[in-house]
Amino acid sequence: MTRAFADLHLLVNPKDEQATKKLINKAAKLGYHYISIPLVSAPSQEDLTKLEAMCKQVGLDFVSRVDFHPRSENELTRFLRRFRRKFEVVCILCDNKEVSRQAAKDKRVDLLSFCSFDFRKRFFDRAQAELASKTLAALEVDVKPLLILEGPPRVRLLTSLRREVAVAQEFHVPIVVSSGATEERFMRMPKDMASLAYLFGLNETAASDAISTNPEAIVKRNREKLTSRFVAPGVTVVKEGKNT
Amino acid sequence: MKRIKRRYLALKVECETFPTDREFIDAMWASVTKLYGEVGASLTGLTLIDFDVERKLAVVRVSLVTLNTLKASIATITSIAGKGAAVHVLAISGTLKALYANKKRIF
Repeated sequence: MTRAFADLHLLVNPKDEQATKKLINKAAKLGYHYISIPLVSAPSQEDLTKLEAMCKQVGLDFVSRVDFHPRSENELTRFLRRFRRKFEVVCILCDNKEVSRQAAKDKRVDLLSFCSFDFRKRFFDRAQAELASKTLAALEVDVKPLLILEGPPRVRLLTSLRREVAVAQEFHVPIVVSSGATEERFMRMPKDMASLAYLFGLNETAASDAISTNPEAIVKRNREKLTSRFVAPGVTVVKEGKNT
Repeated sequence: MKRIKRRYLALKVECETFPTDREFIDAMWASVTKLYGEVGASLTGLTLIDFDVERKLAVVRVSLVTLNTLKASIATITSIAGKGAAVHVLAISGTLKALYANKKRIF
């Protein structure tokens, strides 16, 4: 069975139509199936439809995703209450411990992302992994920082990533590897992304899962949840009966 | 003496300009050295077999034991001769004959 590859983190301004189109075309050329461009807060329906149409034109499946950088637990819960049902993927950028713990505990969070440039702001430890393992939240790793950093910062990042990936695997927390690309030159073929994942300790199968099975599972799960037929996990409306 | 097993990689270079074979292999060596150091780079046995400047296609040879390290190093290339670039691995084969047999499919 062939894998459907996903890059859920293409960092481009959707208002910049030309740049967006370039990245979308490139993703299609490289062999991806799902792509996502993170949106901030509430995008207009028109923006979403435009992005979906652009992706459809080149045979890609667009996944709506929102990234949020909360400063407190309250801000996080307020945001989730407001936006969870509007997007297929919700990613929380954690840069303090309280927020990261709360995000890992909350079942509405799909992806946990940490700052790549400051290793002190990476809070994915055993406690975090234990919380995340109970809620299906996944750890997102962007490869762009590995491409742009050099010397000691890259060494520190690789050390952190290797430790986090080992912890995530120990607690069965899914890992999602994304490009985080802002330009075409930072985009890589799915197989090359898997090769980069080798740098932080993922074997070939785990790396392939991180760019296909894991993100696909998140997308499918949330798409099912967003349909009107969904009642609760494992419970869906199959057929509606008549009142007698 | 044990025979060294090798692998041949077909690579696609994406670059704004047309780099020469020398510029391309220098970028490869720089990338491997940066990631794995000089000792690590020396173990790869990296050799440029063929380079098509116009089509920006390359074939390199590498020892099997360092294949994964080389693939990771290739993926980290972001510039060739000072210009923005990316290198993608199109195919890997145990023999040049098999690699070129797939030429039509790959290229």
